[in-house]
Amino acid sequence: MADQTERLRRYYASYTLGFFAFVLMLAVLERYGMPPRWIGYSFLLLTIFLYATIGVLARTTSVAEYYVAGRRVPAVFNGMATGADWMSSASFMGLAGTLYLSGHQGLAYVMGWTGGYVLVALLLAPYLRRFGRYTIPDFLAARYGGNPARVVGVLATILASFVYVVAQIYAVGLITSRFVGLQFEIGVFVGLAGILVCSFLGGMRAVTWTQVAQYAILIVAYLVPVTILSHEVTGVPLAQLTYGGVLQQVQVLEERIFGDPGEIEARRLFRERADAYHDRILSLPESLAEERRELAARINDLKNDNAQMREIVALERERRELPRNSEDARNYWETHMRQAAQRGADPDHHMTAYPGQGESVNEVARANFLTLVFCLMIGTAALPHVLTRYYTTPGVRDARLSVFWSLLFILALYLTAPAYAAFVKHEIYSHLVGSPIAQLPLWVSSWGKIGMVSIEDINGDGIVQLAELVLNPDVILLATPEIAGLPYVISGLVAAGALAAALSTADGLLLTIASALSHDLYYKIFRPQATTQWRLVVSKSLLLVVAVLAATVASQKPATILFMVAWAFSLAGSALFPALIVGVFWKRATRAGAVSGMLVGLLVTLYYMVRVQFDSIPWLHIQGIGMEPWLGIQSTSAGVWGVAAGFATIVIVSLLDKPPSKETQDFVESVRYPEFDR
Amino acid sequence: MRLDERQRAYWRRNLRLTAWLLGLWFFVSFVVSFFAREVEHILFLGMPLGFYMGAQGAPLTYLLIIWWYARRMNALDRDYGVEDAEDED
Repeated sequence: MADQTERLRRYYASYTLGFFAFVLMLAVLERYGMPPRWIGYSFLLLTIFLYATIGVLARTTSVAEYYVAGRRVPAVFNGMATGADWMSSASFMGLAGTLYLSGHQGLAYVMGWTGGYVLVALLLAPYLRRFGRYTIPDFLAARYGGNPARVVGVLATILASFVYVVAQIYAVGLITSRFVGLQFEIGVFVGLAGILVCSFLGGMRAVTWTQVAQYAILIVAYLVPVTILSHEVTGVPLAQLTYGGVLQQVQVLEERIFGDPGEIEARRLFRERADAYHDRILSLPESLAEERRELAARINDLKNDNAQMREIVALERERRELPRNSEDARNYWETHMRQAAQRGADPDHHMTAYPGQGESVNEVARANFLTLVFCLMIGTAALPHVLTRYYTTPGVRDARLSVFWSLLFILALYLTAPAYAAFVKHEIYSHLVGSPIAQLPLWVSSWGKIGMVSIEDINGDGIVQLAELVLNPDVILLATPEIAGLPYVISGLVAAGALAAALSTADGLLLTIASALSHDLYYKIFRPQATTQWRLVVSKSLLLVVAVLAATVASQKPATILFMVAWAFSLAGSALFPALIVGVFWKRATRAGAVSGMLVGLLVTLYYMVRVQFDSIPWLHIQGIGMEPWLGIQSTSAGVWGVAAGFATIVIVSLLDKPPSKETQDFVESVRYPEFDR
Repeated sequence: MRLDERQRAYWRRNLRLTAWLLGLWFFVSFVVSFFAREVEHILFLGMPLGFYMGAQGAPLTYLLIIWWYARRMNALDRDYGVEDAEDED
């Protein structure tokens, strides 16, 4: 055991050093004129080759190796693998951007995604490890006697994990298309190949060891740019400690910028634009016909005046893009109205808690913050791909320690994310805002080309106002190397890190879905007599099918994907968390209670999400189902109702039911109490 | 399975530790955040207290909670002579 850990440490230490050497070599080559595109290719090929090598070396034909890595993963390495499994492209790219855009409100993600590990450590990991099977539905089936609980568990697992895996593959497509210049759809399938080489041959065993390798890359890639930036701005290379001071400067800049006459003017113009859209929506359908006539008239005028072809083409495109009927027009204009209104709204200070004018606005902001923290925590403690990782440690004590290591490795990224937001905000407020549009910094124009940054000079003064600037959240992280004036090789490193984050999470999720289908549905329910070899064949084929399915969905570029990731937490939390907790801590909970509680939790959450988020579902021909949120809670926190309903249902139905059987009570005791020496 | 007194005592101590630590978890997550506006004037490392707690204070407290739980429980296991696979390292 100790030998093995020692050997692993040596392997991974030399691997990390090798990676550093590779980055340095590329930096030297860049100096001698290696083009950026080649650097992008080198990172993509080398990292995927690395993962593939580990994946092939760790191939296996044993069931225990395939599902739970033989339960031989030492606590530290399991912690690292959990870190990579856990931190998706949303953590890697999205979190810094969310913190930039929403300031204090964004901290809900930092707290929620770390606080959930307390629940994992105290309430779940040791008990699941003592139980010691393969999947989360396994536990539900053993505790609640039989297939109904297993089936609902499988359903919730797949629902939450599939949405999430689509988002990861989508991110892979974005990264490869941005940095390597591959077409988005091709990038998606390159990513798919990268995911499959890790998990296909070796299952959990291969995924675990590639995830450890991926963690090393992603954390180096995350820490390097902001550390250098911190050194440049403050002279101290510890961004986590210095960003408080930078935020103080941001506060001063904010006070100057928010009250600037140009800003006030720009915001007023955006509000007027929003009002104009509002009027148009009210006077539908005439306003659509009006709009079409007006555009046609302008195109005719231009043609008669022999104007530039380019202008005519632009207007014609605008006419083509006009919505066909008034229902589409309403959605189209509402989107534009919301965007304009958002840009016209008074900006909030970065460090102000629960911002907004008026007591009730503050209270709604606070309620949303607290419920989002709650949902993210519960979801963290219920996402099956994380929980199954604690089956892979050698024992209960290792499982406990392993949660500590997981959170430690995760915090390395999460404590740094607010620093990114602070430093980039400082740069933008002190250098970009107020500068002439004719001479923008290089990073703005290069990211502007692919639509990540846009500036619209609404008041025509030729100067950038804060209200005129729109940033895609991902750009905060991706542009930091350029803001700090670092060579392209660092941008390539960041791309490799983002890729590692997306691939590692996708691996874990795919494996979880495939296990739920092959182990829980196929083996446990349909064919209990299946041989070991056949089970692995089924599992591997399902992995392939699910992966291709997810990539196909991702290549359609579904627009609502980011929303759906936040939903995965609420869904997993409300369906699985109550049944898992009650399963360990309340002997009286019965099968009927658990199954109905899981279903009620899931349905309440789905109901709330759909009705708050959508007014109509075109492909089901459902209309007018929108509703006012309860207490102003947004759909991303829908789980707060689902979890409450789930717990309540389990308790009530269980109390009305007969107490569970002797075997079930014995099972609970076997999970709670270790074997004692007598 | 018949439980003896030692097993009950073990479970009681486990529950008490879990409850204390969950209380701490709840306090730093929800109570402190609830009053974030009220403690805005207190600065820590250049940030208002509520902001600091969300960005660093609470996550570090979570890490300590988990560390303390693992340490105490693993010690408890040893006190009670629990056999738990071959994880002595």
